[in-house]
Amino acid sequence: MKQIIEVNNLNFGYNDSLILKDISFSVDKGDFLGLIGANGSGKSTLVKLLLKILTPLSGEIMLLGENISRFKQWDKIGYVSQKANSFNSSFPATVEEIVTANLFSKIGLFKLPKKHHKEQVYHALELVGMQDYGKKLIGNLSGGQQQRVFIARVLVSEPEIMFLDEPTVGIDAKSEEAVYCLLARLNQELGLTIIMVTHDISAITIHANKLICLGENGLFIHDPKEGITAAFASELYGYGVNLHSHDCKNCLREVTKC
Amino acid sequence: MLEIFQYDFMQKAFITGILIAIITPCIGVVVVLKRLSMIGDSLSHNSLAGVAAGLAFGLNPILGAVLFSIAAAFGIDRVRKSFPRYSEIAIAVIMSTGIGLAGILSGFVKNSANFNSFLFGSIVAISDFELYLVIGLSAIVILAVIFLFKELFYITFDEEAARLAGIPIKSINFVFTLLTAVTISVSARTVGTLVISSLMVLPVATAMQIAKSYKQTVVFAVIFALIFTLSGLSISYYADFKPGGTIVLVGILTLICVLIYKNVLSKAIVKRAIRCHNHN
Ligand SMILES: Nc1ncnc2c1ncn2[C@@H]1O[C@H](COP(=O)(O)OP(=O)(O)OP(=O)(O)O)[C@@H](O)[C@H]1O
Ligand SMILES: [Mg+2]
Repeated sequence: MKQIIEVNNLNFGYNDSLILKDISFSVDKGDFLGLIGANGSGKSTLVKLLLKILTPLSGEIMLLGENISRFKQWDKIGYVSQKANSFNSSFPATVEEIVTANLFSKIGLFKLPKKHHKEQVYHALELVGMQDYGKKLIGNLSGGQQQRVFIARVLVSEPEIMFLDEPTVGIDAKSEEAVYCLLARLNQELGLTIIMVTHDISAITIHANKLICLGENGLFIHDPKEGITAAFASELYGYGVNLHSHDCKNCLREVTKC
Repeated sequence: MLEIFQYDFMQKAFITGILIAIITPCIGVVVVLKRLSMIGDSLSHNSLAGVAAGLAFGLNPILGAVLFSIAAAFGIDRVRKSFPRYSEIAIAVIMSTGIGLAGILSGFVKNSANFNSFLFGSIVAISDFELYLVIGLSAIVILAVIFLFKELFYITFDEEAARLAGIPIKSINFVFTLLTAVTISVSARTVGTLVISSLMVLPVATAMQIAKSYKQTVVFAVIFALIFTLSGLSISYYADFKPGGTIVLVGILTLICVLIYKNVLSKAIVKRAIRCHNHN
């Protein structure tokens, strides 16, 4: 299968200390990759490096077969940041305006959005179940609703790769389930490659086909089908972890249904 | 025709006032939402230093103002990078620079009456050259704001995401900084250094109280600015007040009225909701 992201011998640190040491891995087209690890292990940092928000000290990153320093097709990359909903909540912008903004590369510089762009916007909002909230001010929505809007904002530009940094933080269990369902469906039906940072190990093992764990001893790749054992998790997090397993059958049925 | 429009200088004042009332809030919306409300003060003090430099060394004072203001605007951008998330530091640093320079340079100005007219503005004493300057600048700003509407919105809302969406944020920020600097220095000449900042912020603040979208915020801000300027100018003419100060005070009064109205309205809604609840 086509390698869509390739990382070779990547090193990165903010000041003196290296946070990511000699990281190498690859992501195939159509992967649903879970990125897990303790707080401060460098998950968000790794995502920012892949998005060129940060520059590596050394090593190579290839996106869609091209070196990141020459990469231009940013419209094929979507990103829902960990801080996506920490914007100033009194910002006077509607859901529709925010999602439309991300159609920039389709509308073009200096041009105004047309009718079919608006249809695309409402289609993206429909995918996340927010089509009735188009005219609402973003600050007047709940945290989970805002998060779904930010996912729609990414979906509207029909990316090939979608990065999500803890998108389900502050979302109730039902909406969280809905987000996972949505992502699984986009992954399976549209072939969207998904890279998702999360602490919800049980849920991600069900949906992801590949897990990357960042720990004290660097990075290791894990097959979620083998399941995550408590011993493995405590090695990863450095302390004992009790895993509460979801009702898997029910969850899988949800996935096939949605 | 109304008596007020008989005079050439009042006609010019109204044309200039209307144009400035349209362009300052257009710039102001982005400035306020980027949490840079005080940038107007900072830049206008620097353009005052430019005026002083112009008057002292025999340059055109407006040209001096524009040049100093542009330098200050890019200075703020530069200092902001060293203090991410603390834009007010950059604004204060550059404002102090402007005040310091204005203080020293004004010491070299022989004709202080001329200098005062820049401090408080002289919308009723606009020269033809200044009128054309304002018309030309307004055309540029209005076109830029229309054609860069969605880009400016996205950059203001979420700069990181805007970059990922492919918006050339460096170029657009550059153009916007330039437009801000020129708008402030040119409008400072007409409404005065001391009031330009309020004209950028007050209409936007008032619009934000009632707008239901970003687009509405821009449209309402322009409408409010027009109301403030036109009524301020008329009142100042008949009551013989200074125009700059009158425009700002009309703005403050309107903002207070809107705030009270909103307060009363939301209380009424809550009361009605409680009554309905008790009935059930
Ligand atoms: N801007 C920054 N400057 C300096 N150090 C930073 C910066 N951002 C993160 N760090 C450090 O880098 C390390 C990794 O941070 P990162 O945000 O990537 O962690 P994470 O795995 O995403 O954690 P979390 O689960 O809490 O989101 C942390 O030790 C953090 O202190
Ligand atoms: Mg993180």
